[in-house]
Amino acid sequence: MSEYAIEMRGITKTFPGVVANDNVTLQVRPCEIHALLGENGAGKSTLMSILFGSYSADNGQIFLDGKEVSIKNPSVATSLGIGMVHQHFKLVQNYTVTENIVLGMEPTKRKLLDLKSARAKVARLSEQYGLSVDPDALVEDITVGQQQRVEILKTLFRNANTIIFDEPTAVLTPQEVDELIEILRKLRSEGKTILLITHKLREIKEVADRCTVLRRGRYIGTVDVADVTEQELAEMMVGRAVKFEIDKPEQEAGAVVLSLRNLEVADSAGIVKVRDLSLDVHEGEIVGIAGVDGNGQSELLEAITGLLPLSKGSIILDGKEIDRCTIRERIEAGLGYVPEDRQKFGLVADFTIAENSALKNYYHPVYKKKFGLLDFNAMEREANSLIEQFDIRSAEGAATMAGSLSGGNQQKVIVAREISLSPKVLVVAQPTRGLDVGAIEYIRRRIIDERDKGGAILLVSFELDEIMNLCDRIATISKGQIVAVNRQDEVDEYQIGLMMAGSQAEVAL
Amino acid sequence: MKAERKRLSESDGATSVLVVLMGFLVGTILVALVGKNPLNMYKALFQALSGYNIDNGRMNVRYIAETLNYSVPFILCGLSMGFANRVGLFNIGGEGQYIMGLTLAQTVALLGPQIPVLHWVLAILAAIIIGALWGGVVGILKAKYEVSEVVSTIMLNYVALYLSRIICLQLPGATTYKTANFPKTALIENTFFQAITHNSLLNNGIFMMIVAVIIYWFIMEKTSLGYGMRATGFNKDAARASGIPVVRSISISMAISGAFAGLAGGIVALGSFKYGRVLAGMDNYGFDGIAVALVGNCTALGTTLAGLLFGLLKNAQALMQGKQIPKEITFIIQGLIVIFIALRSALKLYQEYLDKRQLQKEVGVK
Repeated sequence: MSEYAIEMRGITKTFPGVVANDNVTLQVRPCEIHALLGENGAGKSTLMSILFGSYSADNGQIFLDGKEVSIKNPSVATSLGIGMVHQHFKLVQNYTVTENIVLGMEPTKRKLLDLKSARAKVARLSEQYGLSVDPDALVEDITVGQQQRVEILKTLFRNANTIIFDEPTAVLTPQEVDELIEILRKLRSEGKTILLITHKLREIKEVADRCTVLRRGRYIGTVDVADVTEQELAEMMVGRAVKFEIDKPEQEAGAVVLSLRNLEVADSAGIVKVRDLSLDVHEGEIVGIAGVDGNGQSELLEAITGLLPLSKGSIILDGKEIDRCTIRERIEAGLGYVPEDRQKFGLVADFTIAENSALKNYYHPVYKKKFGLLDFNAMEREANSLIEQFDIRSAEGAATMAGSLSGGNQQKVIVAREISLSPKVLVVAQPTRGLDVGAIEYIRRRIIDERDKGGAILLVSFELDEIMNLCDRIATISKGQIVAVNRQDEVDEYQIGLMMAGSQAEVAL
Repeated sequence: MKAERKRLSESDGATSVLVVLMGFLVGTILVALVGKNPLNMYKALFQALSGYNIDNGRMNVRYIAETLNYSVPFILCGLSMGFANRVGLFNIGGEGQYIMGLTLAQTVALLGPQIPVLHWVLAILAAIIIGALWGGVVGILKAKYEVSEVVSTIMLNYVALYLSRIICLQLPGATTYKTANFPKTALIENTFFQAITHNSLLNNGIFMMIVAVIIYWFIMEKTSLGYGMRATGFNKDAARASGIPVVRSISISMAISGAFAGLAGGIVALGSFKYGRVLAGMDNYGFDGIAVALVGNCTALGTTLAGLLFGLLKNAQALMQGKQIPKEITFIIQGLIVIFIALRSALKLYQEYLDKRQLQKEVGVK
């Protein structure tokens, strides 16, 4: 018996233009919860995809229980007892839990599908590991947390000894996170080996035994979690000292600038996603909308910015009703927008930084020359000043194509453009998703600066930390409705979590 | 050196040149395979390009002029395709817009006031306007009701062809294939060109084409209208979210696109023929324009060069036949060029592969 259940030695994997893993080593002991920590782009997912057979490594070896194996594809991984719970579940919505679990390896009796014995096995497994789900429920009817359990059951059904969890808490409420942590402990005590991909330090401290840190594709080290603080883990991950809390001076909020009244919004398929939603945002405050992804946040913001039509209600910006205005009129009225999907809605990747920075006001007199000519020099001047003010790092300055920038710098271009238009209201969605720690700090700082200058900010984030850190008031959304609006200092994450799950405000206060 | 190579492979212009060379290379091999001397093909092409006949050492400027003249509709139809393409639309209706331009130019030529200059100016304007309408309708349908421009332009091509026949059969002196001769005032011939090029068909249309190329470049690269259109073409969602009037961009771009094709029709009608034609089939300039724009990367300069190449091939056809080379080889070369253009992503993949190998070497993968 080898010391390690899984050992990956000297793994190197390159993609065009990037070395995702550079001679990475990972040693996982049997029956431990081993966390894999790193920022976005550090190479965690690549390493796990190699272990699961989705990618093949350029170099390096993989050993299971001391025996070298070659994992060519996920089926091989499954037969070797490796299972993976993906961040985005791979479930068929209108199949039952049991049907989903057996999918791909349906048990048969005399060539006929034998769901009965499968159902019994599912029930037994869910009993054994404390994974309570109804085997006969349709997947579309159960909660996200339960869907995740179905994914775990799928791996157990395939006799996995090692289970890889890819950012499992990203889609869960704090309560569901607690339950998941219980499940992970139970799995460990039943003899499973767990690999946990995450960038959340608190979860690692809470549940993991050991932790391997990757940074920019390189192996930094493996530590016993009990021996290190969160701060030390963060420094290993980022490579320098990190400050978590942001200084935010107390400030009295001013007059109402954005007023949403009884909004109802349907998505493009016609399904009502926001119902009877009312909310005010004042000058000099940040109002956060907390909620699990998919509870109407995107539709709400798209209705405010004019990308989706409003079915009912009205939107008042600085005393002016804007819900019948075109997108451009709303922008002119002082509405800024940092979209969630920055590559789709925020930037034109094939435009330069200069062209992108003028995307919303290129028709203004500043850029106008005679005969409808556009003043590209003025554009470049403006962009250069933004590059300086917002510390945008690029290869060729204002002439750099936006598509070739890193995620953090793309976001800086968008934030710079929106702030430079001095909006009365800035609507911000998931401003730091997928960014590295340095860029996260910077973007958050800028948002707070806008608030300090008297701007009104409406922030949507799925990261409760971000909401708690930045916001003055927090509106919790569930199924398209605001459950409650609280001052930041009168609620904690746990209470917000309960409201996110849909229970009424009394629970919290 | 390496950076240089990378820049070349990322440059669309360099890719186009490479693609054209590959088209000729394969064409050459095919000619050799059917037992003909490929050299004769190049002699014909050289004569169409320079007017110099290598075999007998004689020079005739007329060939150059004809090459230029053939290029005019190719370039204009290329601009038509290219303009819509830059806004993210696929205008297959260049042919229909071209036919409508041709038809209206012929109608005005036969029925319009016979006042010098004004007459042909009116005819050309009519061609441009009907082209713009023919394209603009598609743009409005697309922008407002999300009707696929590919389907509607294809259908409108047939509407244009048969509508053209109906109209032209009503014109004075119409038989099943031609009308009466145009009055002198409607023609756009250029007597100076005729004098120096031994009576080639080269006409004032070439000046209009040059103006069109400049307008294309100017609108696309220099104006705020073009900026909004390019943003729409690259990323419609971001353009919309930024307040750019996407519906207007799409409608206007299809109208301008149609105007270029309509102008091509007007120039061919008044420059290359002395009578109106009752079309029995399509001239295919509109379709060839798609290839021209793709080879030219939809830029003003690129499309012009690609159009000249297509004009050259067309003019060389007769010369090739004279040298026992089947003229169909020019269509094959054109076709090959389009196929290789479609395969250009393979070149990108190859470059990515090289990049990856380079990286692997740097981090020491065996």
